Amino acid sequence: MVRLEHLNKTFQDNEVLKDVNLSIPRGENAVIIGQSGIGKSVLIKCMVRLLEPDAGLIEILGEEVTRLEEEKLNALRKKIGFLFQGNALYDSMSVRENLEFPLVRNNMAGTKKDLEHKVLEALDNVGLRKTIDMMPSELSGGMKKRIGLARTLILKPEIILYDEPTTGLDPITSKEISNLIISLQQQYHTTSIIITHDISCVEITANKIHVLKDGILYASGRYEEMKQSNDPWIYNFFN
Amino acid sequence: MDNERSNNILSDLTGLAKFTGRVVHHLINPPFENREMLKQSYFIGYKTLPLIAVTAFILGLVLTLQSRPVLVDFGAETLLPGMISVSIVREIGPVVTALICAGKIGSGIGAELGSMKVTEQIDAMEVSGTNPMKFLVATRVVATTLMLPILVFFADAISFIGSFIAVNLHGDISARLFLTDAFTPLHFYDLIPATIKSFFFGFAIGVIGCYKGYTAGFGTEAVGRAANSAVVVASVAIFVIDMLVVQLQHSMEALQF
Ligand SMILES: Nc1ncnc2c1ncn2[C@@H]1O[C@H](COP(=O)(O)OP(=O)(O)OP(=O)(O)O)[C@@H](O)[C@H]1O
Ligand SMILES: [Mg+2]
Repeated sequence: MVRLEHLNKTFQDNEVLKDVNLSIPRGENAVIIGQSGIGKSVLIKCMVRLLEPDAGLIEILGEEVTRLEEEKLNALRKKIGFLFQGNALYDSMSVRENLEFPLVRNNMAGTKKDLEHKVLEALDNVGLRKTIDMMPSELSGGMKKRIGLARTLILKPEIILYDEPTTGLDPITSKEISNLIISLQQQYHTTSIIITHDISCVEITANKIHVLKDGILYASGRYEEMKQSNDPWIYNFFN
Repeated sequence: MDNERSNNILSDLTGLAKFTGRVVHHLINPPFENREMLKQSYFIGYKTLPLIAVTAFILGLVLTLQSRPVLVDFGAETLLPGMISVSIVREIGPVVTALICAGKIGSGIGAELGSMKVTEQIDAMEVSGTNPMKFLVATRVVATTLMLPILVFFADAISFIGSFIAVNLHGDISARLFLTDAFTPLHFYDLIPATIKSFFFGFAIGVIGCYKGYTAGFGTEAVGRAANSAVVVASVAIFVIDMLVVQLQHSMEALQF
């Protein structure tokens, strides 16, 4: 489903990703943890070619991402949902327009009625139907996260990349979002990569956990295994 | 220190040149985002029209009041409308309009794209099957390039009204006589370099605003910096373009006659 081999990404003289190897089977929720600034966002941005990796292989849904021409890349991106760390809602557009944007731009809008239906369905998924005509600036942080999630899911992607879906939220809202991720995943049978610092989010969502450190994925395992790790950093993170 | 500074300016200029090349590529190669382009043109015109009307009016008025005593001294008062119209149409109209647009539109584009960059909205567009160079940048550049000559034309007309009122403060002159006096020294080919110049001003404002926004760094203060340097660089560019066009115009005239 997702396969990374010897992935390297360097900014000037800052080698952020040295040699990342990762393989995620269909339907799995893989969580990536790691210190702030270690390169987690860079890693998933490479997967959708928002950043060009310097070396290595990225294979997603059978396609070699780094070799794709613009048209094929966009076709693949349609199947990959991306929830940005800061939501990235378009502030000049209303919630409705934010949700319509990916549909319209990918020629998936259909008739006016279809479009309306899809937007409402996406909003119902995150329980925010009433915000449809609001502007992003009128929403609270948690609501923005959820609208961002609705926008990510509206194309019914096969793989979803979540960049810190619960950061900056209170523990209760954050648990709600984690549960939402799980329930949506069960509903649509997606594969997910979730970046997070939030231990409760890890506990709720993770099938497998990968630790990014010093440019490599330096440990992997299930939640219970991680909790009993001998590594001091991992132990501290989980306990 | 100085060396570092000139290096920065140099790398900024090469960055801008490369960016301009990319913009031109997207301006030539379809698909085009026509709807978004119209929307941007409308916004740009709509946002600056009142501001330009007020400044152009005052400009025409003040320029006339200031020039009048000199001409009166020479007993050449009747030349006043013509002198004003020539300086407005050839030079002051385009340059002042462009400077106002650099302040209003250039900074707006810089801040808007800068904040979209910083908050990953541009990335979000890109993964939604939208090329931001086409959707955000090319549309704005086309809009500024097309709107600026129109705004200049409008500014010229409004400043004529200001000038007419100023002339009238010191004695009656009919609108018809004023216009005859104003248009006599003007030739149709005065409009051509002025219009060409305005296109370039508009292009520069659009490209520089987009470049500064698009290359904004990280964090909120990057947005402010992008908006600010968009205005500064665009203003300087306007004077440089003005100088080049005037030079070109003069050397072409010299060739003709
Ligand atoms: N576009 C870029 N240009 C240059 N350097 C970058 C760029 N993007 C990220 N970096 C650098 O790469 C490193 C990793 O950044 P990244 O955003 O991936 O961290 P992160 O692990 O997601 O951290 P956080 O948990 O705080 O989000 C940082 O040192 C950052 O400065
Ligand atoms: Mg990050």
